[in-house]
Amino acid sequence: MRALADSLLELIRRTSAEIPDDVRRAILRSLEDEKKGTIAASALKIIERNIQLAKQKSQPICQDTGSILFYVDAPVGFDQIAFSEVARSAVTLATKKGFLRQNSVDSLTGKNDGTNVGPGAPAFHFHQRRSPDIQVRLVLKGGGCENVGAQYSLPCESLQANRDLDGCRRAILDAVLQAQGKGCGPGILGVCIGGDRATGYELSKTQFLRMLDDRNPHPDLDRLEQDVLKTANELGIGPMGFGGKTTLLGVKICAANRLPASFFVSVSYMCWAYRRQGCDLDAEGAISQWLY
Amino acid sequence: MIHLTPPFTEEKIRALKVGDEVEISGVLYTGRDAVHKYLYEGGALPQEVNLRDGILYHCGPVVMRDEQGGWKVTAAGPTTSIREEPYQWRIIRDFGLRGVIGKGGMEGKTLKACQEHGCVYFHAVGGAAQVLAECVRKVRNVHLLEKFGAPEAIWEFETERFPVVVTMDSHGVSMHDTIYQSSQKALASRL
Ligand code: SF4
Repeated sequence: MRALADSLLELIRRTSAEIPDDVRRAILRSLEDEKKGTIAASALKIIERNIQLAKQKSQPICQDTGSILFYVDAPVGFDQIAFSEVARSAVTLATKKGFLRQNSVDSLTGKNDGTNVGPGAPAFHFHQRRSPDIQVRLVLKGGGCENVGAQYSLPCESLQANRDLDGCRRAILDAVLQAQGKGCGPGILGVCIGGDRATGYELSKTQFLRMLDDRNPHPDLDRLEQDVLKTANELGIGPMGFGGKTTLLGVKICAANRLPASFFVSVSYMCWAYRRQGCDLDAEGAISQWLY
Repeated sequence: MIHLTPPFTEEKIRALKVGDEVEISGVLYTGRDAVHKYLYEGGALPQEVNLRDGILYHCGPVVMRDEQGGWKVTAAGPTTSIREEPYQWRIIRDFGLRGVIGKGGMEGKTLKACQEHGCVYFHAVGGAAQVLAECVRKVRNVHLLEKFGAPEAIWEFETERFPVVVTMDSHGVSMHDTIYQSSQKALASRL
């Protein structure tokens, strides 16, 4: 268990202080795209410098270290209870060390006990699988961007959005319009078409586990992703809503079955401080490989 | 790039326009939810704090004790400003603020107060906790620490070249409104 505790602490530290390479590359690319001397370019330069500084000082990229979401793929027979206990202690230790802010508040009393552990926090998503190795991924999801997430129920008359792909496109682009720069853009969208209200949002967040430059294997969803990305970047919202070409860095969409009676489009917005990391663990719980 | 230095006079503030990139050197006071509600409801400012011709920063910083017993800021990014919309106008009016720094922008009541009393809204880059902490050269003091706790207290930061953008000026113009409208139009033609 010692090795697992160390591994999870390092996973938390690295996720909080270091942006994954695919995201860094996308930010650098957008910096090149923006016209020199614009406010958008200045904002992206500050973002880029912030990423460097955080890594160098091993300090949180953003002071809001977000909701702590663990995604664990593990073989049959894996002890989820033991894992959760070790992970919870790792979260509390990471908070003491300053890798995470004291960021978890009792919703009824308003008290913050400084541990980042409580009902529903951190959140765990376990998936059993046949292969013998263990994979742990971590997403730190900021609050400002979580607040601009949106769930649409189609048909939606005010958006003229029907229960088809065009209706989904209208809903997703409306979420981008309403968010403006308030979710600390340039943002990344995770979207789920279908599901119920809870699974829709949950699956929309799993899209943040994908690489930014991957392509959706489903041709219709791939087309929609590319289209929404291109269209959003033509709206002139820009980084922080300062205007410019970079409103979004990526769009990732999945679909789940729905009931005949409902048709939800759930949109989660991730800020530029896109903190996700993951690792493979060996049988002792030591990190054998980083995933991003 | 405009370099804004004290005193933050009405004249200097009125000269600023939406879209100006500004670097602020001088004292900033932090204040977030608790401070706004407290002042709005008639709470007294600690005697040493003078917000007249001052700048208020929507920020709940992470501040540590250093070896000499002083304070060191380790993260100092802006927090979302819109939560203070019900209170901000009165604080601008009654305490004579010349600037408010935050993120995400504010709305009509604040914009009107900026116009009437000579104040602007500066937008800092959200999430840039490390870059902005580096611009805080010194923590001069802290007030209401026991009452509100560290993130909600009034911290006095001495800053050097703290980078912001004017997104709401003292002439009734808000970048947030203009970009919302232009992006709404751009979207309508792409649906
Ligand atoms: S939205 Fe993201 S970048 Fe902005 S303050 Fe929250 S966590 Fe930080």
